[in-house]
Amino acid sequence: MINSGHGRGPDSGSNSDPFPAGLRVLVVDDDPTCLMILERMLMTCLYRVTKCNRAELALSLLRKNKNGFDIVISDVHMPDMDGFKLLEHVGLEMDLPVIMMSADDSKSVVLKGVTHGAVDYLIKPVRIEALKNIWQHVVRKKRNEWNVSEHSGGSIEDTGGDRDRQQPREDADNNSSSVNEGNWRSSSSRKRKEEEVDDQGDDKEDTSSLKKPRVVWSVELHQQFVAAVNQLGVDKAVPKKILEMMNVPGLTRENVASHLQKYRIYLRRLGGVSQHQGNMNHSFMTGQDPSFGPLSSLNGFDLQALAVVGQLPAQSLAQLQAAGLGRSSLIKPGMSSSPLVDQRSIFNFENPKVRFGDGHGQTINNGNKQMSLLHGVPTGMEPKQFAGSHMRVQQQITGVRPGQNVQSSGMVLSVADHLPRGGPSMLSSLGQQQPMFSTSVSRRSDLTGAVRNSIPETNNRVVPATHSVFNNFPADLPQNNFPLASAPGISIPVSASYQEEVNSSDAKGGSSAATAGFGNPCYDMFNNFSQQQQQHHNNKLNDWDLRNIGLAFSHQDTASASAAFSTSEAYSSSSSLRKRRETDATVVTAHGQNQQPPSRSLNHLNHVFMDGGSVRVKSERVAETVTCPPATTLFNEQYHQEDLMSALLKQEGIPSVDNEFDFDGYSIDNIPV
Amino acid sequence: MQRQVALIKQSLFDQGYLDEQFMELEELQDDANPNFVEEVSALYFKDSARLINNIDQALERGSFDFNRLDNYMHQFKGSSTSIGASKVKTECTKFREYCRAGNAEGCLRTFHQLKKEHSTLRKKLEHYFQLARQAGPKETARRPK
Repeated sequence: MINSGHGRGPDSGSNSDPFPAGLRVLVVDDDPTCLMILERMLMTCLYRVTKCNRAELALSLLRKNKNGFDIVISDVHMPDMDGFKLLEHVGLEMDLPVIMMSADDSKSVVLKGVTHGAVDYLIKPVRIEALKNIWQHVVRKKRNEWNVSEHSGGSIEDTGGDRDRQQPREDADNNSSSVNEGNWRSSSSRKRKEEEVDDQGDDKEDTSSLKKPRVVWSVELHQQFVAAVNQLGVDKAVPKKILEMMNVPGLTRENVASHLQKYRIYLRRLGGVSQHQGNMNHSFMTGQDPSFGPLSSLNGFDLQALAVVGQLPAQSLAQLQAAGLGRSSLIKPGMSSSPLVDQRSIFNFENPKVRFGDGHGQTINNGNKQMSLLHGVPTGMEPKQFAGSHMRVQQQITGVRPGQNVQSSGMVLSVADHLPRGGPSMLSSLGQQQPMFSTSVSRRSDLTGAVRNSIPETNNRVVPATHSVFNNFPADLPQNNFPLASAPGISIPVSASYQEEVNSSDAKGGSSAATAGFGNPCYDMFNNFSQQQQQHHNNKLNDWDLRNIGLAFSHQDTASASAAFSTSEAYSSSSSLRKRRETDATVVTAHGQNQQPPSRSLNHLNHVFMDGGSVRVKSERVAETVTCPPATTLFNEQYHQEDLMSALLKQEGIPSVDNEFDFDGYSIDNIPV
Repeated sequence: MQRQVALIKQSLFDQGYLDEQFMELEELQDDANPNFVEEVSALYFKDSARLINNIDQALERGSFDFNRLDNYMHQFKGSSTSIGASKVKTECTKFREYCRAGNAEGCLRTFHQLKKEHSTLRKKLEHYFQLARQAGPKETARRPK
């Protein structure tokens, strides 16, 4: 057996570095026999093993000890939770490498492992040789992070020379199963080189670098990240630049790099989904994100997110949407009719927790089946319903507010996770980022009180997912956005209904996917949203709304909307995404929409979009058309919000991008109050 | 005595009751964990008995929920593979094939065979471990041929 990788360990004492001995491994398998065997094997490899026979337990263990483990090994078939879902959760929340294993060696399952982000896939019976080299995944991940940062700097130092050096190291990797070759950073080799050559700081080789503390991607942090990425352009964004733009002390390029990876995976997933959707609203889909944005209470963030989202290429939005859509199977059906729904679905997915409130569901259900789907995504909310929900929303909002700093956390997503973190910090960060947001947020808060309440209901419901998702997402999309679903915090008040949707969508979407996707969408949404906000927030909203409401509203503001829609298609898609997510967006979107007063006769619509701007837009439309498809119902709610939104918008001028993410934790109004 | 134990073990391998995986497990055994293999086996039989029970009940009900049966069997197969129970694993595979084909009759037959293999293996291993304990901790994994 090749122990080169393990060389550092007991086998070869050449390196004084004890690594990988002491690697902290968490093993999850419902089969006690396998668990026992694996434990023994891992201990023989001198790893520190923790056994777990239930996925839920494993997740809570991981959450409790955020930095307590280096790698996770999980079985695919488990009774309480699908292994892939766990995989996604872990990847997003904790950013740990996860190895899947199963007696099933069929290609499709292995592929699924790859697409869900597993760093490796082991076939049972697992041999100790296969386990001896798992440490390489930990090293690789860290290197990738480093590398990414390196890349951003464009430092390709000695790539040539180092290559040789890397080879030996690579050998260790060769031992592992092939699944891992994926660092999607081809530069990994380069990384090695760089490490060796330059003073990257801790040489990756050095195991000590592996021990660096994990960064927690709070909602606000994520939002900053997303904003930065959007500004740079998703494809061109490099960790170094992102880091510079974010300007967060203590954040390293590696952190950004790994986060970027996740984000990209998330986007990809979204992209995949969107395709499904048929492009219904391709842009729309993307717009979903925007909706999120607005919803997220992160006022500042939303804007940013929205703006960013706006900037994000439609495809990213689409991706997001797709992701979102994909996730919520529910939405799919509705999708065609109401883009909002899609968005919502994303939200829903993301924010299962965000149950915005049952009231919302009611309103939403008026006509929107979709709404129900999106639950979280208020976008679908119909204004009328909204009114009703308004009240509910208020309740929700209030509930939310006190409970969490939703606002600050804007990131509803991670509400659960982020709330604590993101809460206040998020706001602050948001505030910094976007003065607009904060204002909007604050406005929103005011509005939210009023509008939010109403909106949140619908939006919250729908959005919550998104909101929270978004909210959190911006900062920690990769990690926590998912959490929305899982984030307990998010489920706070607002999301009663939202959660349902989210959950359902989540469930449908294959939560794992959803979460992943969701997380991503948030990214887009926010990013786009924020970007757009500034630019054409309205446009986005319009587009977004158009999409969502598109169906219904076509008549309303078709002119304006369409105009806006088309323009900001890409934008709106993101925003729409946002919207969807954040049905709250309506509240938030107000700002977005407001911007577009001319085009939007439907101010509402714009409002809706606020979140991501898109969300708002929708609501408006909904309000007007009322007849809009289910999705519109969301809008209706938004519509309601649009009043608020407009108010907000006026104040802020920022698209009410409430990060829909916020929804998670708080009813639309997570916006910092 | 130890030779006797070794012979018994060898025969288990030769007859196909156990496979390489069992050797892997034996390699994990050391002074710090002298009875590891036996412990794992005990755990396996306990857990698999439960699974067998579940499957029995499911089959007795008469309504063949192939999906569920397949699930059970997947678990069973996983465990069996992990300890190297070769013949049992073969039967598991057959059973799953019948499940996928929706062949109830085949399932029943195979399951019956599986139970037989399972209990045979259990007896043999129990006997083996007993002897091994008597023979002393000298017994280390030796790959058959």
